[in-house]
Formats: sequence, structure tokens, C-alpha cells
Amino acid sequence: APLPPARPSALSTAEDPNSFKQITTYNNFYEFGTGKDDPAHAAKALVTDPWTVRVDGACAKPGTLDAGTLTTRSDLEERIYRLRCVEAWSMVVPWVGIPLSTVLSRFEPTGDARYVAFETLHDPRQMPGQRSRVLDWPYREGLRLDEALHPLTILAVGLYGRVMPNQNGAPVRLVVPWKYGFKSIKSIVRITFTPDEPPTSWNQSAAHEYGFYANVNPTVDHPRWSQARERRIGEWGRRDTLMFNGYAEQVASLYAGMDLRKRF
Amino acid sequence: MTVAPSASTRPRVRSPSGGRRRDRVWRVGVFLACALPLLTLAAWTVTGDLGVNPIETIVRHLGDWALRLLVLTLALTPLRHLTGSTRWVRHRRMVGLWAFAYAVLHVSAYAVLDVGLHGPTLIDDLTKRPYIMVGMGALLTLIPLAVTSTQGMVRRLGGRAWRRLHRLVYLAGILAATHYLMMVKADITDPMVYIFLLVVLLGARVTRWLTGRPV
Repeated sequence: APLPPARPSALSTAEDPNSFKQITTYNNFYEFGTGKDDPAHAAKALVTDPWTVRVDGACAKPGTLDAGTLTTRSDLEERIYRLRCVEAWSMVVPWVGIPLSTVLSRFEPTGDARYVAFETLHDPRQMPGQRSRVLDWPYREGLRLDEALHPLTILAVGLYGRVMPNQNGAPVRLVVPWKYGFKSIKSIVRITFTPDEPPTSWNQSAAHEYGFYANVNPTVDHPRWSQARERRIGEWGRRDTLMFNGYAEQVASLYAGMDLRKRF
Repeated sequence: MTVAPSASTRPRVRSPSGGRRRDRVWRVGVFLACALPLLTLAAWTVTGDLGVNPIETIVRHLGDWALRLLVLTLALTPLRHLTGSTRWVRHRRMVGLWAFAYAVLHVSAYAVLDVGLHGPTLIDDLTKRPYIMVGMGALLTLIPLAVTSTQGMVRRLGGRAWRRLHRLVYLAGILAATHYLMMVKADITDPMVYIFLLVVLLGARVTRWLTGRPV
């Protein structure tokens, strides 16, 4: 289904987006199987309406967020972002969404809120991949509060002007373009403000390979492969990976003085 | 306990020439069956069915078939012992050579298509990435076996030395499956299937050896 018209954003890249088919048939979404082509089939049965996101933790006004109302907002923006997977492939995706900060401010995070934790739906009947213990379900992710409130960070409800396809994280997902793709958690049901760094799924699965920050960084290799170069889906050769996935100008200051080798 | 006569001592019902013809048909059949995954890949390339990430599809497909045929090669001798028929091992060399061919193509596709022969990446991979080093170990282990696969080499080395050398195939199988296991991100189901098969096939040999029968 089409979404209301989305405003173009100055934060979009001018690079050519990948095709709708590429974006919707090559997905890492282990809730629907570990093969890249699994989610496109297995996610069809996911019921995304009605869908509410519980927002709680260190905030003055905990409550719920109705995913349906997000898709009818008049302030939706198109954000054409590079997406860099930790597996060394990349895409350009024309997301539609709103800044996460716009959504979160309503819940009035308190001074204790230093991090934001996110959780994906846990329902093995709808998400067959959750019947095997590939990861410790539900999928969890987290950001530092300043990362969550950064203007580049959005809650996306669609792509290519249409409602988010299930395999891409319907009805509402996070997009943090300067971090490896696994940080951009899909099909969110819970957002929690926390004083401490929350546990995150891939870090729990293999801490030496996947850090909490997971900033795209060509100078820090994954233990099993180089992160210096990437394959843009649709291209035969590899291109150099850019620091913070090309968003260094906007986000490098968030990590001033931090040893990115240790806090990868 | 009576032992089934081995095929060489069992009286043949068919005429020798008929047996040879049937042998040839089988050989051609096995050759074509082993070539099929490669032909499939060629067909996908032509029809544009290699998927969204064609290079990944090519490299994985070739690696999968190298491992599958390697495991199949290792299954033929136990099958002889299980069935008392030598027909299985008659195809061992061909299946093994095809496994080697897929392994060479797999590594070539990785080096040429995936890495684009980018020197620094290749050197990094070969010196710093354990799963690539283990995989390369599997390929290196297979090279002397492929080189000595001809009848002439069997004669030159002598049966005993040749057999001893070719036990390296057990190591190649273990290295190849380990390479796969080390490569996957979280779901180890598929590599564990190969490891299970290897445990069964190598276990069958150990059992025979422990009970004093020729391996």
C-alpha cells in the first residue's frame, strides 16, 4: 500500500538506490530463517495491523505507540541511506520514516535515561525462525541516548514510498545508517529508556565479533573478514568502505576520544 | 559367521563384454551427475537466476558441491563393505576428482570474483582468517591426491604407499567441514550435518580397523 507523500530530506544521499526487488529479496531477518531469501517468503504471514510499541523505563510518560498512526503522519520524510551489512555487502535504500527523536520526546525521558533499548516481537507461531535457538530471542538492540536522538536516526515505516514490506521489518523498524545493519532492529514492539548499556543480541551471541557500538569502520576488521571493502549489491567489484559508512561528518563527534578498536 | 564372497571371486553371470558396457554406461552417468551442479550454475548465469548477490551464490554453490562430493567419495568404500559390491569404489576416483575440481573452482571464484585478485585482501585472508586458512588447507591436501590419481601413479608409488598417501582424504574432509563450520554466523545446522556424516564415515573405518579387517 502507498504511504502519504514523504518530504525529501537534506540528509539523503544522492547515490542511486538499489531496486525494490533487491531490497526485498535479500534480507537478514533470522526470525524468518537464516537464508537471505527466506524472509521474503516466510514473513508473508506476519500480522502487522494492529501493532503497538510499548515505551517504558526511565521516562516521565511511559505509554504506547500505535504503528498504524505512524504511517498516516504528515511529517514523513524520505531518507535515502547507505546500508552497510557487517557481512561486507551494502545497499542504498529509500526509507520513509520520521526522526526517532520526534517520537521519543513525547515520552519525556528522565535524567536517568542514558541508553535506549529496543526489542523485536517474540512469537514463534508468526516467526518460524524463532523455533530454533539461533539467537537468544527476542532480538534486542540498543543505542546510547545521544545516538538515538541524532537527526540521522529514524523510525522507518516504509520504503520506496510504500508501507514497509514484512521482510524488511514491518510495521516499524529502526534505521541507524552509520552502524552495521544488525543495529537497525526490525518489527519493534518495545522501546525502553535505561540507565545502563542494554544487552544486544549479536553481542550476546558472539561478543568478540559484534560490539555494542558496531559503527561502520573500515579500519577495524571483523575477526573473520576484512571490513575495508564492501560489495554494493548489483556491482561486481568491491568499493572501499567509508568511515561511519560515509556519515563521519555528522556523527564522528559522538565518539570523540573513544578508542574505536576497543569499543567496536 | 559366513562372509559374503567379494565381487572378484564371485562367479559372474553376465558376459564380460556386457559387464564392461554396463560399466561404461555407469561411468558416463556418474560423470554427468557430477557435472550437473556446474551446468546448473552455467544455466543460472545465462537466465539471470543467480539471485541478488550473484558472486556469493557462485562461491557458495561451488563450495557446497566440493564438500558434498568429498563426503560422497568417502562414502563409497564403506558402501562396498556394507553391500559387498565393488561397484561403488569403481567410481571413487571420478567423484573424488570432481570434488577437487569444485574445490579449485570455489577457491578461484573467491579469489577472482569475490576478492577481485586484490593482493592485500588475499594476503590478509590467507594469513589472518582461520576459516580461510583451514579451507585452503583442505584444498592443498587434495592436490597430491589429484596428482597421484592416475593408474600410472598408483603403479609408480606402489599400492601400499599410494593407499597410505590417499588416507589424506580423511584430513581433507575434516578440514573442509571445519572450514564451513567456522564460516557460518550463527546457524550451524548445515555444517553439523556434514560433520555428522564424516563422523559416521570415518567411524566406520575406525570400527573396521579395530576389528582387524582391512580398511
